[in-house]
This record gives sequence, C-alpha cells and structure tokens, in this order.
Amino acid sequence: MDIAIKTINLTKKFKDITAVDDLNVEIKQGEIFGLLGPNGAGKTTTISMLCTILKPTAGSAQVNGYDILKEPEKVRRSIGIVFQQPSVDDILTGFENLRLHAMWYGVPKETREKRIDEVLELVGLQSRQKSLVKTYSGGMRRRLELARGLLHLPNVLFLDEPTLGLDPQTREHIWEYIEKMSREREMTIVLTTHYMEEADSLCDRVAIIDQGKIVVMDAPDSLKEKVGGDIVYLKTTAADTNKFREIKEVSKIEKKDDCIILTVKNAGEHLQEILEISGKVESVEVRSASLEDVFINYTGKEIRTETGEGGIVQRIIKERTVR
Amino acid sequence: MSQAEAIYALWLREFKVFTREKSRIVSSIFTPMLWIFVFGGGLGSAINIGNVNYQIFIYPGILVMSVLFSSVFFGVYVIWDRKIDILKAILVAPLSRTTIFVGKVLGGCTDSMIQALIMLLVSFVLGIYLTVSSFLLAITILFLLALSLVSTGLIIGSLMESPEGFNMIISFLIFPLFFFSGALFPIDNLPIWLSFITYINPVTYGVDALRMAIIGVSQFPLYVDLIVLTGFAVVMFTIGTRSFERMK
Ligand SMILES: Nc1ncnc2c1ncn2[C@@H]1O[C@H](COP(=O)(O)OP(=O)(O)OP(=O)(O)O)[C@@H](O)[C@H]1O
Ligand SMILES: [Mg+2]
Repeated sequence: MDIAIKTINLTKKFKDITAVDDLNVEIKQGEIFGLLGPNGAGKTTTISMLCTILKPTAGSAQVNGYDILKEPEKVRRSIGIVFQQPSVDDILTGFENLRLHAMWYGVPKETREKRIDEVLELVGLQSRQKSLVKTYSGGMRRRLELARGLLHLPNVLFLDEPTLGLDPQTREHIWEYIEKMSREREMTIVLTTHYMEEADSLCDRVAIIDQGKIVVMDAPDSLKEKVGGDIVYLKTTAADTNKFREIKEVSKIEKKDDCIILTVKNAGEHLQEILEISGKVESVEVRSASLEDVFINYTGKEIRTETGEGGIVQRIIKERTVR
Repeated sequence: MSQAEAIYALWLREFKVFTREKSRIVSSIFTPMLWIFVFGGGLGSAINIGNVNYQIFIYPGILVMSVLFSSVFFGVYVIWDRKIDILKAILVAPLSRTTIFVGKVLGGCTDSMIQALIMLLVSFVLGIYLTVSSFLLAITILFLLALSLVSTGLIIGSLMESPEGFNMIISFLIFPLFFFSGALFPIDNLPIWLSFITYINPVTYGVDALRMAIIGVSQFPLYVDLIVLTGFAVVMFTIGTRSFERMK
C-alpha cells in the first residue's frame, strides 16, 4: 500500500516548549487516522507542519510523496485542511468564500459550480449561501470551513477538530461523508478530535499523543483490547481495595471519590466474586472498555465534553491521579 | 494560466471587501477635502504662488496625499487578515508568495485609484480644465505612486504583528513623506536642509509630475519625475515580493 504521509523525526520547539517531539509516523493512502491527545499535546502543531504553515525545528515529513520543506507548494496543492480556528472570510458570502477557494486551487471552471453545489448540499448551507458569513452561527461557519476543505477533492485531508460545536445530526452526516470520501476516493484523512466515540467509529488507526510524543498507536479495537478487559464501577465506600487482587483477572484497581473502578477480564463471569469481596454496594455498572478508557490509561487525563450555555461546547479535561 | 486566475481571485476578494466597507471610502476622501476646501480655500483667498492661486497649487499635492495615505494604510489589512485567521487559509493554498503579493498590491491599488478618481472629479469644482492627455498622465502618475506605496504598506504589514505597531510606524512615515514632498509649498527656494530632504523623498517627484499634468508648472523635467517614480515602484515592488516570501 502507498504511504500518504511519512514523518521523520519531526520536531517543533517554541522557545522552551517542545510541542512536537521527534515524531515518526506513517499513514497509508486511504487511511482515516486519528490524532488524540489532551489540550496542548501538539496535535495542531503537527498538522500545521504537515500543511507547511509551520517550519519544523528539526526533522521532516513527506506528504503525498512531496517533502514539506523542499516542495511546499506541491504539498499544498495536494491537501485540504479544516482549521481548528475557522478561517472563512466574514465579509464575503458563503458562496463567495467557496468560489474564491476554488479559484485559488485551480478547480476548473466547468466543474466549479457543480462542486460548490455539492459541498454546500453536504453541509446543508445552500439556503444561506448568499448571506454574508458574519451572519452565520458558529456551527455554520465550521460547516462552511469543512465544505471548503473538501471542495477541491484533495488527496489528503486534515481535519483539526472538524465536528467541534456541531449538532449531533450534522456530525453524523459529516462522519458519513468522511467515510465515503475515504472509501470511494481513497482520500487519506488525518483528524484530531476530543470525541472518543467519533475517533472510535471513524478511524482505522489512532495515535494518542501527549506532550508531543506518541504514547500509543494502533487500531481502536486493538487499543481497547490492550486495556485488559471490561470496566466495573462499584459505588461503595466500604471495601478494602487491595482485596480485589485475589482475583487474578483484575488487572487494575482505581479509587475515585466513593467509587471503585476495576479493570477485569470477562467481568461478567467474575461479578459474583467481586461483589463478595466488596460486600454491600450502592450500585454496580459493567461495561466494555471504550477508547476513552484507553485515553485515560495512557495520558492519565480524563476527557469530557459538555454542552454549556447557548449550545457552546465546552471541553473539560480533568487531571486525575491514577493509582 | 491558473496563477492569473488566482491573482484575479485574490484581487476580487480585496475589491469586494472595499465595496462593502463604504466607510473606508468616505473617511479617506473626507480629510483631503478639508485640506482642499478649508486650508486651500482659506489661504487661497490671500495667497498666490507665482501666478497660481494657492488652492489650485496644492490640489495636486492633496491628490498625492490621498493616494499616499490610503495606499500605505492598506498594509494594515494584512495584519487584520492574520488576526482573524484568514491569512492562514490563503497561505495554505497552493499559491506562490509572489502571487499573493501581486493580488494584494492590485487590490490596494484599486482602492487607491478609485479614491484618486473621485478626487480628480474635484478639479471641475475648482475650475481646472483637464484635457484627456493630462487626465491620462495624472492617472499614470497616481498609479505609479499607488504601486510603490501599497507595496511599502504591505512590507510594513508583513513585518508587524499588531495593528497598533503598524499605526505607530506609519505615522512616523506617512507624515514626513507628505510634509517633505512639496505638496503644500513650492520647492525651488528652500533652505538647504529642507530642500535636501525634499529632493530625496520620492513622493516629491509624484507631486511635481502631477502639478505638471494638472496645472502645467513643475520643478523638474517630467521625464525625471517619471524615471524616479518608476524606479521607486520597481524597488518597492521587488522588496515587497521578498518580504512576502519571508512572511510567516
Ligand atoms: N505559536 C506558538 N507559540 C508558542 N507556543 C505555542 C505556539 N503554538 C502552540 N504552542 C504550544 O505548543 C503546544 C502544543 O500546542 P498545540 O496547539 O499543537 O496543541 P493541541 O494538541 O492542538 O491542543 P488542543 O487540543 O488544545 O487544540 C502547547 O503547549 C502550546 O502552548
Ligand atoms: Mg489543536
């Protein structure tokens, strides 16, 4: 299989911060690759270097076979990007934004209008295409940005938190389209997200990065397997946590507030034993490991997304001491 | 010719922004009008320069002023584009930095020339009779000036990070360029120090040439003015391309 992106000791330092630290990744053509990591992990910086916006401090990378340092223009021609911070032009209409973009990317005149129509339909902005972008809501801006990234059918598409702040329906719609693009056009997609279920269902492979380094990289399913079983939540204050070690299938014990969290292989079969050790509990919950558990496992941080006032999505990442 | 189309697209964006922000035109026309009608009209009621009324004498100078201010000031929009993240989208597109620079320069020149055309209409109010050839000459001179000065503004814009910093730099640049250009006084009998500064100021040659085109008086031969103006434009344009190449 062809390699779409290959980084070689890619490094970026900002003064005393090493944002990206000696990154070596290979991403295959047609792959959907997820970059996960807490705030400040270096996801955006990595993407910026691959898009030739930022120059690496050391190392290099190839995108679509072009060197990001030696052939930046060729790299740029072959990629599309949706920025974390929307970069659509407020004082132009949605249609004008797309039209100018098509001209910058040399989308032929004959197919231009058709492509614009297609992407507008995809993101559901046809009815607002003639309005100035400054009259758009935050979610509409993101959708326009996404439409713009897809407009010239790039070989590699970078999506820096593409679905942040979008309503569930639009998100699902966009997921479908991303999958379709990757399947039908063999488009390579690199995305960052803080929605673990999004990464889980979309990505062929994910890399969890923290402080500029890859902590772990694999297919979501393999990663979940590595957690080592299912997760059991026991709501109780009574039990002595050390006693759970008697069950050899328990691979991890955590205590948090009035909860005990166990990682257990085939938890269903051992529930009886667990409850015998714990004694009286207020409640029990058993579920299979999710990508979120993987994330917590490797970064020691918990990701939670909450919808705050006015529908603005706020992200809360809590430090948690893992014992 | 995809680069030509890309340049057109970049220009189109600037042009649309310009036409949608009407306040930009109004405010950039307002100050020169005050100069012509209040300052020029006031002093003109008492003063002639040679046998030219003072108001008529400074009219070409004020035309140059309006182009000077709007052209150099155009550079600040690069900083705004960066602030609101639009520049990023342009820089990540497969456009060479030269293409981006040319698109921006043409956008800025268009803004300035539209203002210049409006200002040229004032000649009718002042009772100045412009022939077609003097009109065309005036347009050429103003365009050369706009080209150099938009480039100058863009160079500063590409180096600065904040609009405040830009404003400070240009007030140290624009006002001297204006006051030392002979826009407001004849330059044939100046004290040595003043005449020295005036002679090395390229804007002086714009004012001089325009005075020739509009009222038929000048200090230097027209071809000298045009050579200086063309040279100035070539130099600033070249430096501008380089500075965009280097811009982050
Ligand atoms: N222009 C800059 N100057 C200095 N430091 C920077 C700059 N850009 C990023 N950084 C630093 O580099 C680190 C990585 O930032 P980056 O934006 O890549 O994180 P991220 O993984 O995208 O985070 P988020 O999830 O919040 O988007 C951070 O510590 C950040 O403070
Ligand atoms: Mg980021």
